Amino acid sequence: MRTFAYARADSVERAVDAQHAQQAGAFVAGGTLLLDLVKLDVMRPQQVTDISALPMKEVAFVDDDRLRIGALVTNTDLAHHPDVRQHYPLLSQAILNGASTQIRNMASTGGNLMQRTRCPYFRDVAAACNKREPGSGCDAMQGINRMHAVLGGSEHCIAVHPSDMCVALAAIGATVTLQGPDGTRDVDFGNFHRLPGETPHQEQDITDDELIVALTLAPPLAPQGAAYVKLRDRASYEFALAAAGAMISLDGDMIGEARLALGGVATKPWRCAEAEEILRGQPAETATFERAAEAALADAQPLEHNAFKVPLARQAIVRALRDATRDAKEGHA
Amino acid sequence: MNEMTDPTVIGQRTPRVDGEYKLTGRAGYTGELHVEDMLYGYPVPATIAHGVLTSLDVDAARGMPGVVDILHHRRVPKLYRSPNSMGHGDQVSEIRLPFEDERIHYHGQYVALVVAETFDQARAAAHAVVARYRQEDDARPSLLLTDAEGDLLEEEGDSRGDPDAAFERAAVTLDETYCIEAESHLQMEMHATLAEWRGKRLIVHESTQGVVYQRNALARTFDLPQEDVEVISHYIGSGFGNKLFMWPHAIATAAAAQLVGRPVKTVLPRQQDMLTAGNRPASRQRIRLGAERDGTLTSIRHDSTTETSTVDRYVDSCGGATPSAYACDNVAISQRILPVNHGTPCPMRAPGEVSGVYALEAAIDELAIALAMDPVELRLHNYAQHDPQSGLPWSSKQLDKCLRSAADRFGWSQRDPGIGAMRDGDEIIGYGMASATWSAGRQPCEARVELRADGSVFAACGTQDIGTGTYTIVAQTAAELTGVPVERVDVKLGESSLPAGPLSGGSMTTATTLPAVAAAVRDAVDALKEIVTKPEGAFAGVDPDALQVRDGGLASEDKHISFAELLAMHDVASVNGKGQAAPGGEQEEYSFRSFGAHFVEVRWDPGISRLRVSRVVSSIDVGRAINPLAARNQVEGAIVMGIGMGILEKLEYDPRDARLMNSNASDYRVAVHADMPEVVDVELLDYPDFRFNEFGARGIGEIGLTGVGPAIANAVHHATGKRFRTLPITVDKLVEALG
Ligand SMILES: Cc1cc2nc3c(=O)[nH]c(=O)nc-3n(C[C@H](O)[C@H](O)[C@H](O)COP(=O)(O)OP(=O)(O)OC[C@H]3O[C@@H](n4cnc5c(N)ncnc54)[C@H](O)[C@@H]3O)c2cc1C
Repeated sequence: MRTFAYARADSVERAVDAQHAQQAGAFVAGGTLLLDLVKLDVMRPQQVTDISALPMKEVAFVDDDRLRIGALVTNTDLAHHPDVRQHYPLLSQAILNGASTQIRNMASTGGNLMQRTRCPYFRDVAAACNKREPGSGCDAMQGINRMHAVLGGSEHCIAVHPSDMCVALAAIGATVTLQGPDGTRDVDFGNFHRLPGETPHQEQDITDDELIVALTLAPPLAPQGAAYVKLRDRASYEFALAAAGAMISLDGDMIGEARLALGGVATKPWRCAEAEEILRGQPAETATFERAAEAALADAQPLEHNAFKVPLARQAIVRALRDATRDAKEGHA
Repeated sequence: MNEMTDPTVIGQRTPRVDGEYKLTGRAGYTGELHVEDMLYGYPVPATIAHGVLTSLDVDAARGMPGVVDILHHRRVPKLYRSPNSMGHGDQVSEIRLPFEDERIHYHGQYVALVVAETFDQARAAAHAVVARYRQEDDARPSLLLTDAEGDLLEEEGDSRGDPDAAFERAAVTLDETYCIEAESHLQMEMHATLAEWRGKRLIVHESTQGVVYQRNALARTFDLPQEDVEVISHYIGSGFGNKLFMWPHAIATAAAAQLVGRPVKTVLPRQQDMLTAGNRPASRQRIRLGAERDGTLTSIRHDSTTETSTVDRYVDSCGGATPSAYACDNVAISQRILPVNHGTPCPMRAPGEVSGVYALEAAIDELAIALAMDPVELRLHNYAQHDPQSGLPWSSKQLDKCLRSAADRFGWSQRDPGIGAMRDGDEIIGYGMASATWSAGRQPCEARVELRADGSVFAACGTQDIGTGTYTIVAQTAAELTGVPVERVDVKLGESSLPAGPLSGGSMTTATTLPAVAAAVRDAVDALKEIVTKPEGAFAGVDPDALQVRDGGLASEDKHISFAELLAMHDVASVNGKGQAAPGGEQEEYSFRSFGAHFVEVRWDPGISRLRVSRVVSSIDVGRAINPLAARNQVEGAIVMGIGMGILEKLEYDPRDARLMNSNASDYRVAVHADMPEVVDVELLDYPDFRFNEFGARGIGEIGLTGVGPAIANAVHHATGKRFRTLPITVDKLVEALG
């Protein structure tokens, strides 16, 4: 850990200005990620701007049925918010499947969007990592890559995006609102996280001096069933080996609308558009789910230790679709 | 021996006497201590596992705020290696001294120790030390990644009969290899040392399982008379074996304090704790069994290899329990060690035997299946009525009762032995069981007791309470023998200047310490009797032997006077008693061991490849449990640890360069609350073993862990039909085998 200057921002504008004026600055919200990585010497901010007192803590519907979530809403508050539980149960389930109660109490929505990979070579400054030090190489490629991505990787980086919340967001659809020195802009959630390609260090579509102020969800599917299935080594306090978030609306025994996203297997929160296409208008039964699962993993590129993630992710998908269908029949029909 | 047949305090569920201190934060752990003028140490760990330190630039770090000094291989006071003898009580965990030379043997080895005014300054400067290395590319990787055989240790072998010939002749044979990945102790409280020199005297606060051993080893290392070193450890946040013997951080810290002339405290950060302060080494064990068709075992061979580091020769003896496990005429065990470029391993809860019991008990399960026999029946069929290795009778062995009682409570008779035959919704249910066993040992011990005029009793012993409840059982012992309530007993442990007590290890503390405390109580009572039966005394003319100890006082036929009153009457502040105890002739007459049985239910959801342990039912035979509350807690905790060993825990070393890649409590997975089985049902059988000591207690810290791993593996086989012979059985292996 290196020493850094610390200042608490009292307005969004001043937070952005302070950050704009800095070379190596960082915002801190809940601090569950930043402080961890600073102690490991992976992140080395010289100036930390504390945004935790800013008024970005509201959850409310805006105009057309879209739920707007302030960037500082904690994971705990979001997961238990009545509107989230009622209209976006997948989001609630996904969040509650992540981390621990203590961490969720601190973790913010914005911080979760900015969450960084758990790749051990990223977190170890003595290892080669293109994400941490562009051009240094990737020790994971030939190393211990049991936890790494089978989808969306490049020869430069195969680090998994670890968030559970973001899997639900990928399925639901959302807009990220950013405020920079020159005003605000909106980024579609699907484009917010980037594939590593040749620039794995550029993880999100955001500049150093932009602040996430809010997230606006797409209108809820209705009626719907939802299920988040997270498969992992231990039952809690553990990142996913494979996770699937599914939303289903039924039309009799046929699937109406379907949404599917994956976590734990890809370099960014992974929406399975092709699989969704396969599901729509088909009977809500195992054979359909299995076809969707096949399609979702068709492009998987396993490495030495993570080939098991391909069948495991298929299982997560089939189970999530099954449970979402049951939920649609029982809960919301 | 004064057999304690009807105790009133011993054997009672007794809340910890130090519980209030721990709950309110008044129990000062080493890392929390502060002395005047104290500095902070922070080690700089090597980032390679194998090679040479080619340059070390400390200039920038030396100039940082608060930095007082930086120790490294060119700046370190003269140190000596400890003779490292168990017999002479100066065993250390790692024989190599810190900063001996430029050679790097394992990831995390200290290359420097920064000393600064504050913790943050020391840590910041440690990051600013620039070390350059020449990494050598032939690092020795984990045992499980090589075919290397290792060095055979003649002294660890043991045999009877002719197991090879019997194996050749056997009607049914089994020849399989079982492995366990390296594990971390991941004890709650990280290693910590606070070293202070007062003139030529060295005072060290350390989180240790052995104040006396560390005192002796420090005296050797710094060439001091033993009397000039004191090691103190009042509260310890567990150790599981990795705090038994001194590690290099303690030497480095004491050396730093000597160099700068001020007290220095070093608390290892979790990463360094996991890198440098011990692990359970990976093991590879080949088991060969031969049996007749009726299940009679005719041959057992158990050949083990475990890892050591390249700087020490740690032996995790896996075969220890095997020769005594079953009535079988032909048995042989052997042990090899293989040096690898990992931090030096050390004992970890039930060291060696827990690994050995896994291999043996998993193999016995496989044999039962090959014989189409119930695995409980097979074990009872080969029941060792006496110790087949020594030929001696057991002091007390209730394994058959454990097996039957646990089977009964578990519902083993309802088992459908067919693979995957038991279902519940999405889940397949698997049943498995295994026996547990751990040696019962005792060491020599001394203790001191005072009866005081304020009515209290004081008891002292140079052992320590590592969180298991030693303070409480010492208090119970003094209370039992004096009739003074437990709350009025003051116990002092954890100082090397106290009468020499044992290591907190090997499940020996209870059986070792309590008899010495009892002897000291009796000695103190005798001292009091001597005073009060003098002509001017309160019991003048009474035969001392006729005086009874009762309700915190002495009683003759016609009166009872409390210790406090007696002492006041004679204007005496306290009487003092000394006691010592040691194992004796009983060791030649009996074999001593503890036993148990674990029955495990796992649930396997093949649709999502999810395995969990849903029920554990255990019966444990350790003689008498002095404090059943704490004893049960030991077994429950051991079961949790066994779940870790069975399905979760593994130190992950990079196969290319032997660097440890999961040295944190997130990526190294111990079981969390959500992994707990719905049912953990522990029964402590109550058969006091008076042949072992007057309390009838053997020891309970470790036995609960033995047998959990194989019971899980056996249950997984029942559920899935797949025999996993390497622990832990993780999701990737399950998917690859069954997906
Ligand atoms: C042990 C552990 C286990 C975990 N397990 C899981 C899990 O299973 N699943 C899961 O999904 N997550 C898990 N997490 C991650 C956790 O969800 C994140 O750490 C958390 O969401 C980050 O939020 P924060 O507010 O604490 O972020 P901070 O640490 O405050 O910030 C994180 C990053 O985001 C930036 N940032 C914060 N707010 C903004 C903003 N408004 N605009 C722009 N940038 C911003 C910061 O500069 C920093 O770079 C785990 C974390 C830990 C430590």
